[in-house]
Amino acid sequence: MASRPTAPRPLSPHLSIWKWRVHMVVSILHRATGQALAFGAVLIFLWWLLAAASGVEAYRTFQAVVVSPLGAGVGVGLTWVLFQHMGSGIRHFIMDAGEGYDLATSRRMGLATFGFSALATILTWLAVLYGKGY
Amino acid sequence: MGAGTAIGRVRGLGAAKGGVVHHWWLQRVTAVANLALVIWFVASLVRLPSLDYGSVVAWLRQPVAAVPMLLLIGSVFWHFRLGVQVMLEDYLHGRQRVIALLALNFYAVAGGVAAVFAVLKIAFAGA
Repeated sequence: MASRPTAPRPLSPHLSIWKWRVHMVVSILHRATGQALAFGAVLIFLWWLLAAASGVEAYRTFQAVVVSPLGAGVGVGLTWVLFQHMGSGIRHFIMDAGEGYDLATSRRMGLATFGFSALATILTWLAVLYGKGY
Repeated sequence: MGAGTAIGRVRGLGAAKGGVVHHWWLQRVTAVANLALVIWFVASLVRLPSLDYGSVVAWLRQPVAAVPMLLLIGSVFWHFRLGVQVMLEDYLHGRQRVIALLALNFYAVAGGVAAVFAVLKIAFAGA
């Protein structure tokens, strides 16, 4: 168990030092979106399943919250979070295979995760709104 | 521990005595499973005629929906348990880390069991 040093010690360079680059943003977002999914999306998913298992009344309460403006905003936000994490996760698969480390490809792959998440979010919600007749 | 090659003798002797590679690998295994199962899940919800109580419950009663849902719960909860652990280990130290990791395990296991129970209750209610 590492104990805290008593006197201030030099720290390695952190966020405030580096110039922001695409791969850095994507990497930080991968962690941030992962945490948002683990504590945000997972809890909503649990509520949804437990409400469905509990009966019509519980489910109606859940549905009322989800279709409220705040609920819908969180829903769209978490959909983007999910697809961004999925996109940067696919980027990690490619990098685990040892590919895509040269600067140009690294930048393109990073930008591609944003394109993917934006497009997938828009298409998913268009399909929901169109398909459910809202 | 292998008595043969050099690599055989050092395998599993990392700082954590072997748990790290397993953690890293399971994070990837569950990531691949999540990719398939989450795409299936989102596509299924989009394709349902409605997301009201009746449609969702009727959908989850079918084995072709209940079984992938159980797989998704297992894979997703395992994956986020590993991912949150990495985050906590980066930012917390000493006693705080121990307490946070304990809480994470309780959250992941209790949440996973609750989700599995809900799916089974819906799936078996119609039988």
